Amino acid sequence: MIGAMNLRDRALSVGTSVPRFDALDKVTGREKFAADYYDGDFLWAGAKRAGVPHARLRKVDVDRARQAPGVVAVLTRDAVQGTNRQGVVRKDQPVLADDKVRHCGDPVALVLAENKQALREALDAIAVDLEILPAVLDMDDALVEGSPLVHEGNPGGNTLLRGELLTGSGLAAASECDVLIEARFETPRQEHAYLETEAGWAQVGTDGRLTIVCSTQTPFRDRAEAAEALGLDPGNVRIVAPYPGGAFGGKDGITVQTLLGLAALHSAGRPVKMWWGREESFVAGTKRHAARMYYRLGAKSDGRLHFLEARLTLDTGPYDHLGGVVLTLALEHMGGPYRIPNVAIEGRAVYTNNPIGGAFRGFGVTQVTSAMEQMTDMLARRLRMDPIELRLKNAVQRGDRNFVGTTLVRSTGIVECLEVLSRHPLWKTRREFVESAPPFKHRGAGMAAVMQASSYGPVVPDVANAKVELTLDGKIRVYCGVVDMGQGTASTSAQIAGSILGQDAAHVELVLPDTDRTLPCGSASASRCTYAFGNALIGAAETLRDRILLRAADFLMAGPKEEMAVTPGAVRHLPTGREINLARLAQLLGESERTATHRFRTPVATDRITSDETLRLHGFGHNLFSYGAHAALVEVDELTGAVDVKGYLAVSDCGRVMNPQIYEQQIQGAVAQGLGLALSEELLLDGGRVLTPDLTTYIIPTAPDVPEIESVAVEIYEHTGPYGLKGVGEVATSGALPAVANAVAGACGVRLWSAPWTAERVFEALRNREALR
Amino acid sequence: MKVLFRLNGEETAMDTAPDRRVVNLLREDLHLTGTKESCGAGDCGACTILVDGESRLSCLMLAAQLQGRSITTIEGLANGETLHPVQAAFVEHGAVQCGFCSPGMVLASVDLLKRNPSPSRTEIRTGLAGNLCRCTGYQKIVDAVEAAARGGRGEERP
Repeated sequence: MIGAMNLRDRALSVGTSVPRFDALDKVTGREKFAADYYDGDFLWAGAKRAGVPHARLRKVDVDRARQAPGVVAVLTRDAVQGTNRQGVVRKDQPVLADDKVRHCGDPVALVLAENKQALREALDAIAVDLEILPAVLDMDDALVEGSPLVHEGNPGGNTLLRGELLTGSGLAAASECDVLIEARFETPRQEHAYLETEAGWAQVGTDGRLTIVCSTQTPFRDRAEAAEALGLDPGNVRIVAPYPGGAFGGKDGITVQTLLGLAALHSAGRPVKMWWGREESFVAGTKRHAARMYYRLGAKSDGRLHFLEARLTLDTGPYDHLGGVVLTLALEHMGGPYRIPNVAIEGRAVYTNNPIGGAFRGFGVTQVTSAMEQMTDMLARRLRMDPIELRLKNAVQRGDRNFVGTTLVRSTGIVECLEVLSRHPLWKTRREFVESAPPFKHRGAGMAAVMQASSYGPVVPDVANAKVELTLDGKIRVYCGVVDMGQGTASTSAQIAGSILGQDAAHVELVLPDTDRTLPCGSASASRCTYAFGNALIGAAETLRDRILLRAADFLMAGPKEEMAVTPGAVRHLPTGREINLARLAQLLGESERTATHRFRTPVATDRITSDETLRLHGFGHNLFSYGAHAALVEVDELTGAVDVKGYLAVSDCGRVMNPQIYEQQIQGAVAQGLGLALSEELLLDGGRVLTPDLTTYIIPTAPDVPEIESVAVEIYEHTGPYGLKGVGEVATSGALPAVANAVAGACGVRLWSAPWTAERVFEALRNREALR
Repeated sequence: MKVLFRLNGEETAMDTAPDRRVVNLLREDLHLTGTKESCGAGDCGACTILVDGESRLSCLMLAAQLQGRSITTIEGLANGETLHPVQAAFVEHGAVQCGFCSPGMVLASVDLLKRNPSPSRTEIRTGLAGNLCRCTGYQKIVDAVEAAARGGRGEERP
């Protein structure tokens, strides 16, 4: 038995597996998530969803619903006093549909009711008068002349954003290649499937201010968006962000926030709760963009990559959300971590009436990496080269320009990752594994290289502001403005502050993101959280430590601060052993002296790799990348087509490791999501409607589906990172799909161009292969 | 109807509709929000509770089925400030990330170890197949359950 207190009585040293700060309250059920609010005389709010992909909205008849028992209010677009538009880059998504419905999940009315039963009945009683319009259901059809338009006023038609880049002699270089291969790939929509569906509650206080407590990755952006959409002064909106129950990009932006805010403005001061059901989450929430890719890759006979042509189309659904930014990051990763002198790449994010494409861990990189890393393997095969040898021959090193032309000025460890992988027992014994396949099984080993940019890019400032306080009871309170959705930033923040200020876990407190209490830190996204906030926090914690030491020295009439040390709960003059406890010191300090703040802005690439200012605004390009090399051992069942991943290795360069346990969590979890995308996850649509709206039909990996995942960190010190670290949140997401594809190709000679490799698809491919013989 | 049951060791009487879902009764009526709801359809295991020591899905149970039973929710698992060994192992071995699956995962693991005190890693994975986690990739959950099992056999502190 372990006492709860023992778990808190830990030194917080950087570089060790300090147990997570949040784990205790989460395993005892004490942690209050946004969905856990049931206090007072709260009302339930719920949205009436359109249910059709594309229609003109003639009338929303709410009379019957308004008269239903237990109904407090039924609101339509007329109730929205602001712009009624939300969005991150392009504000094109209504809070409540006005002229048109653009996908099945569009909300057309909002109901406030005394209980869930009344809410359900009122939602059913709303009659929506729609003029059905021809729907745009395919991203290629959307671009055909004469296609219906999702947004009539959009100058690009159904194109949200188009980007391209030419380097070297572009397409002309194709003729200079000794080997040239081409292929087309598709990857499916992926559902985030976080355990906690979108949730929150809101209330207008007696001071007239609106507070929204919600499961979000972006509290500060939410405040601005909600205020503008609802016509409020941002100073009158407060967003409070408890730990989300998973997010992965799906809570990078507005989900319940504006609807809850609107509801609270019409509840006569009563709190209002909204919690999307699983089906609503599937229908109305964002997805990883479905992608179609064309690739042509050429090399010299010695294996030097010479030419890449690639085209990408992303189905962004009816709203920008972050589709333009996802496209831009995908463009920047299309050629992988390689030197390629001649490049012609192009991509489009396309409006359709399908569910909304948005942020999802990997953020466009997952799609293009799946294609590029299969191309690289196919090329190795054509050249009769070892797949690692081919990659090593072309892999970027610090000081090189990558394939888009950015000089890699930061730590660049892809070569080290590939070398570690090649020496690892899992890879070295792959032949024995392949050759010991049981009857009716084929075995194969495959690998893939991955990279992932961190932070926002050259234009949008990537800023974090940290604040630490010495409380009157002698504890160190860290004000975390960046959300911890499970990635562990809150814990590593406690570790940083505790380490610098000499405190153990029992003497550190965290304040979770709250626009009234914490300082702006940007979004919990882009593999930036611990990098940006950690750097800010180091500055704040060191300032406070120095102040504590100086003031303690003054008080003890002791010597220079170098002779002083902060210990848990006290400051000691080391030569004499005299101490003042921190609570006492705190009482003696002025209010403003007890806190310290620090701002950090992430440095950006100085190369101007494009003159397209729109692309630059959307983040093109970055200069801080994490890298990795992944290997998968698979077994394909000849009789059923089922693919079983028997072993997995992820070697990662994410700089130095601050907390090995949290680092491994990030790698293993990301690989599992990648394996889901490779093998089972596919949001199926029919006429824009979700055919797989639940966890019965949309299959995410269970414990038996996921192999043991070996994680090896290549710890190269990154000089701009806190304690030498780089982002680890996303980079491991993108390796599984191509590594498994390459392994399956090796196992049975079939390559499937359209993920996921479900048993049915593999079985079909195996049968076709037999037919061809 | 009046439902009488033991809840985390306390005799409890509730006046409730017999068809009220147990997860609603726990979360909304009793404010025991440690029991989570994620799918409402028996797919994910987030709402797992122990009924007479066996794991059950509270989203698929109705209030009347509680009659005369002994229920343990996540709030009732620790002994005051002393964690149950499975809870301690989850904390220690990094089995918790976002934490929304954790209460159900912990209770399912308690049930698993009661039925099989020395499970192999494969048996742990199979035993927890009804509890979804989207964060961890399950590996550290398996590590934690394995460690709790070793602790339960007196081989080491979890």
